[in-house]
Amino acid sequence: MTVQLSPAHVAGPQSSMPLPTPRGPVGEALLRLLTGAVTDPAALHDAVAATLAAPAGSWLEHDDVQVALTCMYELHYRGLDGVDDDWEWQPDVLAARAALERVVESELRERVTVAVPQETSAAAVAAALFALASSDDGPSMSRWIARRAQREHLAELLVHRSVYQLKEADPHTWAVPRLGGAPKVALVEIQSDEYGAGDPERQHAALFAQAMRGLGLDDTYGRYVDHVPAITLAHPNVMSMFGLHRRLRGAIAGHLAAFEMTSSVPNRLYGNGMRRVGLGADVTEYFDEHVEADAVHEQIAGRDLAGRLVEQDPTLGADVVWGAAACLALDGWWAGHVLGCWEADASSLRLALT
Amino acid sequence: MTGRDDERVRPVRITPCPDGPLLVRGPVEVVGADGVPVPARRRTVALCRCGGTAAPPWCDGTHKVNGFRTADPEPEVQAGRPGATVER
Ligand code: FES
Ligand SMILES: [Fe+2]
Ligand SMILES: [Fe+2]
Repeated sequence: MTVQLSPAHVAGPQSSMPLPTPRGPVGEALLRLLTGAVTDPAALHDAVAATLAAPAGSWLEHDDVQVALTCMYELHYRGLDGVDDDWEWQPDVLAARAALERVVESELRERVTVAVPQETSAAAVAAALFALASSDDGPSMSRWIARRAQREHLAELLVHRSVYQLKEADPHTWAVPRLGGAPKVALVEIQSDEYGAGDPERQHAALFAQAMRGLGLDDTYGRYVDHVPAITLAHPNVMSMFGLHRRLRGAIAGHLAAFEMTSSVPNRLYGNGMRRVGLGADVTEYFDEHVEADAVHEQIAGRDLAGRLVEQDPTLGADVVWGAAACLALDGWWAGHVLGCWEADASSLRLALT
Repeated sequence: MTGRDDERVRPVRITPCPDGPLLVRGPVEVVGADGVPVPARRRTVALCRCGGTAAPPWCDGTHKVNGFRTADPEPEVQAGRPGATVER
């Protein structure tokens, strides 16, 4: 049987990320190096050193740093347009990334603190994570969407989310070979669903791309990186950092648990907001799918992934809870920015959607 | 290999989730009151047992907001706020 794929399907899954526009000296030096405009890495090291030496309000909201990290991490996913894949393991780029990661992680450790779980049974860890997720008092994007969003807000929402959702699940997949036994099986069970359970069209990233097209957006991978502020890039960047460091395997497991635990109810509200403005099933399918899927995933992630991981290795307990709390915090900071703009009748994007 | 082989020898496994759904793993067919099978879109499904779901028979997370409590032996959640401190 021949399957006729639409151009959007063909372009989506294989394409590398268009080169983002740098937002400062680090990104500029990085892209000049990666594209071969210069061969000496000294400029990159100098730019990183100078940037990190200067006082910054927040590294998570630092445009130059977050764009540079987005490019560095992308080398591990689908690559950057016109950039040789060998750069993925190039020591100068890795050293620069490590320097940026250090300040990002220490800011996150400072701003998000958790109590170390005393009870390390899987059930207790799951209960603690559910309690953490339900006690989250961050601003509610989903309620705003359900009640007030117009089409342009929904388009902006999808633009922000597209940075991660077009590679949905990939950062957590890095954890698979780092886990063993029950937590590994649980992670793969969740990821199988995320990747369509055998059906490429049901991949969550593919359903998300379909929703983007339904709203008239371009579903090209990485198409809107230039449009979104640093705080939007920060969350997927932190996921990549958690996923790419074996040391942070507890954090990536906890992150996934919190992500799944704050999904089914909000996604129902997103779908309702979309139906309210007359959008069809092509757009709402992604959100409706997550209502049911994540009601399953949150149970598996809480008990069998995060819970059993802490049971296996109680020393990971603190990072599991911290990774979960970091997920909620990053989502809250992002929502605070976006809702703040919308309440002021302004766009939450850096560039207008054309 | 798809892993389906072991389902033939392994019984369906049902896990009651504290304050939540029944997680069902295995080759089950859920049939509505009218006898028509309810299509399941995933291998592991969660059956609502709080009665509050808007997508019966599946759990849709409503149990987390309608105060549903089960009698499962519950682990002690640590005293005080389980939560994190987040600087906003
Ligand atoms: S048990 Fe989850 S909605 Fe009823
Ligand atoms: Fe998903
Ligand atoms: Fe999920």
